[in-house]
Amino acid sequence: MTIQSAARQRAIDPALFHWPARDPALLASRCSACGAMAFPVNPACMACGGTEVGTVELPRAGTLWAWTIQRFMPKTPYHSAETEQTFRPYGVGYVELPGALRVETRINDGDPAQLRIGMPMRLVFYTHRTDADGTEVINYAFAPA
Amino acid sequence: MRIAIVGVGIHPFGRTPELSGMQQGAHAARLALKDAGVEWKDMQFAVGGSYSAGNADAMCNELGLTGVQFTNILNACATGGSSLLAASKEIKSGEADIGLVVGFDKHARGAFNAQPSEYGLGHWYGEAGFMLTTQFFAAKLTRYMHDHGITVDALARVAEKAYENGALNPNAWRRTPIDLETIKNSQMVNDPLTKYMFCSPSEGGVALVVCREDHAHRYSDRPVFVSAAAMRTRQFGAFEVYGTSVANHDVPNASVAASRAAYEMAGLGPEDIQVAELQDTEAGAEIMHMAENGFCKDGEQERMLRDGETRIGGRLPINTDGGCMANGEPIGASGLRQIHEIVLQLRGAAGARQVPGNPKTGYTHVYGAPGISAVTILQR
Repeated sequence: MTIQSAARQRAIDPALFHWPARDPALLASRCSACGAMAFPVNPACMACGGTEVGTVELPRAGTLWAWTIQRFMPKTPYHSAETEQTFRPYGVGYVELPGALRVETRINDGDPAQLRIGMPMRLVFYTHRTDADGTEVINYAFAPA
Repeated sequence: MRIAIVGVGIHPFGRTPELSGMQQGAHAARLALKDAGVEWKDMQFAVGGSYSAGNADAMCNELGLTGVQFTNILNACATGGSSLLAASKEIKSGEADIGLVVGFDKHARGAFNAQPSEYGLGHWYGEAGFMLTTQFFAAKLTRYMHDHGITVDALARVAEKAYENGALNPNAWRRTPIDLETIKNSQMVNDPLTKYMFCSPSEGGVALVVCREDHAHRYSDRPVFVSAAAMRTRQFGAFEVYGTSVANHDVPNASVAASRAAYEMAGLGPEDIQVAELQDTEAGAEIMHMAENGFCKDGEQERMLRDGETRIGGRLPINTDGGCMANGEPIGASGLRQIHEIVLQLRGAAGARQVPGNPKTGYTHVYGAPGISAVTILQR
């Protein structure tokens, strides 16, 4: 393989979503035995312990179920490109995906003060930081739709 | 069959730079032994733990290397509850008549920075900024306030009560009352929770001497009996700390499960409880835990707090020693602090913060990551 993209990118964790991908979605495991789903992909079923699990794509839109704003910069293991000086508070919470799950997520784009339970949200991706070798580390978030 | 608590000891919570966490645990152990009128060599077993101050059994270097069976317990916020549970089973099995339960800790300043791998999570979870218990409580609270009409006023009242009670407790860390406006207007940490609505990691140690029910009066004229001790972990789909996904329908959480199990064991209900200690990692947690432990319906807390029902002298005093908010949270010691407080209240020995009316039945509840809860019901 000799193809090189303009900027090398990788998913923050391949259990969350495929990257790069044409139409990326969050991934969940679904148990072949009991049908229970979990995000991100888990090698065993978190409901029944079954080890035959498949991978499914989660809906890309939902509604805000719970939220808060992270006002202080977390200690390690937090790992972003920010410093104490450049840190900006971020929204965090759960988005309810119809017919699937409520997933924990950062809430990007838009004024955190405008967050309201029940508001429509859509899946987005952003560069969380850049590795030492220049690879961009891509993370998921939800944003007001 | 029940077990009896016949000795209690505590090292004051807060910051004690001159002592290690383990030394604070040893201090509490010596006081508990003295309180029961026994010696360390009389202990047939010991059990206990800390989250970040070392293995409890190393405390034998301070208390004496007697060769005693000493089991280390590490179960996050439920370390104390799990230690008492282990002691209870040791005694009920008939293997031992008397033993020591100890918990202690010493944490750095600032929020806990747990590693995702300790909780079976990928490293991404911490990197991306989710590995904070404060976020969980705040997000759970915004949903709860939305669903049940709880206001910021109610949050501030819980914090106000905590510092008020802390001021009456010589072993508390925060001993200065703080008024409602100062609490509400302090720095926002995780919306809607301000700095003074949160507890902080701290230091301290607590120990209990426990024995067979029928031996209790050999050691104490005011024994307190453990009518129930239950510990539960999270069920699939429940909304719990460090949960990457939650079911779209509501599933009872670990607190609800532990509480129900404890009431069933004791043959009692919430209406029988006269004084309670509930996990108050932040002000909203105490409010939500009131309902999860059966003390009210969702939303009733607003009126209960306005009417002072959970103050000392109210219908159901909660966190009479100031709880986590006034004591801080040394994880290994925090659950046993609650039990220590209820023992004092049931003995009628809680001094300036004594609940009136000679309470007979008390309750303790802890909750923590990643969805664990321990509940005890104590009676005299």
